[in-house]
Amino acid sequence: MAEKKTNRRDFLFTATYAVGAVGVGATVWPMIDQMNPDASVKALASTEVDVSSVNPGKTITVLWRGKPVFIRRRTDDEIAEARSVKLEDLKHPEKDEDRAQNPEWLVMLGVCTHLGCVPLDQKGDYNGWFCPCHGSHYDTSGRIRKGPAPTNMEIPKYEFVNANTIKIG
Amino acid sequence: MSDHEYNPKSKFGKWFNDRLPLLTLANHLTDYPTPKNLNYWWTFGGILTFCLITQIVTGLVLAMHYIAHADMAFDSVEHIMRDVNYGWLIRYIHANGASMFFLAVYIHIFRSLFYGSYKAPREIIWIIGIIIYLLMMAAAFMGYVLPWGQMSFWGATVITNLFSAIPLVGEGIVTWLWGGYSVDNPTLTRFFTLHYLIPFLILGLVVLHIWALHVPGNNNPIGIDVKKPSKDTVPFHPYIVIKDGFALLMFMIVFAFFVFYTPNILGHADNYIEANPLVTPAHIVPEWYLLPFYAILRSVPDKLLGVVAMLSAIFILAALPWLDTSKIRSAVFRPLYRQFYWILVADVLILGYVGAMPAEGLYLLIARIATAYYFLHFLVILPLLGFKEKTLPVPLSITEPILGGSPNLAAAKNKESFEK
Repeated sequence: MAEKKTNRRDFLFTATYAVGAVGVGATVWPMIDQMNPDASVKALASTEVDVSSVNPGKTITVLWRGKPVFIRRRTDDEIAEARSVKLEDLKHPEKDEDRAQNPEWLVMLGVCTHLGCVPLDQKGDYNGWFCPCHGSHYDTSGRIRKGPAPTNMEIPKYEFVNANTIKIG
Repeated sequence: MSDHEYNPKSKFGKWFNDRLPLLTLANHLTDYPTPKNLNYWWTFGGILTFCLITQIVTGLVLAMHYIAHADMAFDSVEHIMRDVNYGWLIRYIHANGASMFFLAVYIHIFRSLFYGSYKAPREIIWIIGIIIYLLMMAAAFMGYVLPWGQMSFWGATVITNLFSAIPLVGEGIVTWLWGGYSVDNPTLTRFFTLHYLIPFLILGLVVLHIWALHVPGNNNPIGIDVKKPSKDTVPFHPYIVIKDGFALLMFMIVFAFFVFYTPNILGHADNYIEANPLVTPAHIVPEWYLLPFYAILRSVPDKLLGVVAMLSAIFILAALPWLDTSKIRSAVFRPLYRQFYWILVADVLILGYVGAMPAEGLYLLIARIATAYYFLHFLVILPLLGFKEKTLPVPLSITEPILGGSPNLAAAKNKESFEK
């Protein structure tokens, strides 16, 4: 009888802890999740850009979700340079064909994958981009070649709405 | 807390003290027995308390005029500088006060390193101190973001991106910290909230820091246990109060020099340009007090390992009471440790210097060597030294070598003559 009572009490304790843990979790989660991007931030998810005025060898920078996006109309030399690199030579191997849907246009986040600075155009050892903060060098396809950045600059989701308009996001 | 009973003289005092023993506390603080050989390096605790209160008071006033919004923050700071009565003075005290706070805390920490104040029985005081130091860095970083200048914005971007080095969840954490996909208005408002909160957390920890100190009492320059109260101690008031007060006055002269003569020398000109998410300044450099850690971050060529090295450099301090195996506290009686101590001081200064320089060529090489030495000091030299070092004889009390008749007096004077 005494043993049975103890078991019953144990069950009540465990059940109380369990319900308490769920309650604490349900109370704390809204406090944590309120810091995530809110509906108004998420609503700014896509941007359309008119690129008709961009000449070969020029880059425009547009703001998308608060971050710069580089849209570069590459020259034939730059395309050839990007496509001739062997994958073995890359820290983060990606084919240029997979990074640029249309070889003439490179659309990528202008954010260094090291600590988030904006790299400078047409600088560095690989004729692509150079990040002044901690010295990362990117090639004409925006791939990391030298320096502390771990990965290539990110390619956002984008599509050509028509020949002159790119929709990012 | 007190070693002896305290009885208030007045009837009301006794009535009150029986219900809330504030008078007992006040009596404990005034009579608190302090080693009589404390030197001026021991005055920085009081100076730091002054710094904290200065930051809280000036910060409260600035918060009355500042607007935490990405579109208005920069202008509101200029409004404080130009329009608010004495706004320039209050902001310059607050901005330079952060630097003075760190100057004092570094002296305070290195005093503890020299005299072994972190050793038993004072480990908890030391660890609370390290937590305060971490919170100070967090508060200073977030405070620097609030004016929403170029350095604010890009400093915030770089530092928050450190978390993206964490595998798998890193990107999610960064987005959560930002409240968006980049540093923006949600980031600014939460940084303001936390910048406001942290000083009060520090204040609470300072109370614990002092409470923990008052259990064993102060360490002292010869690092021996002191019987208290005894011939080796003096009451805190008036002896230490006057000494601390004089040191504080000297410190305030340095403080006032920065505020009135070179208020911007410790800042960056780029922060007088409003934040622009499209352009990164040519050189992103943190405030001077974070430079040694920044140098460690940059000296490692891998993103994740760089962050790990930087954080380890801070957290390794918390393990110091157990890494230092020597039973002798004060470097006065540790001839080898004393030399390594000064090499460490030089090492940290070198790290600070290369942290301000571009991370390339010779600077990078120096940064790597200095980083390696920093860890070598704590992880290899200190543990070994406790076993290898031939320490000098320690006096039995503070008064003993001064009143003479002790062989240890000669020992202290002719350290070199002792053979290993």
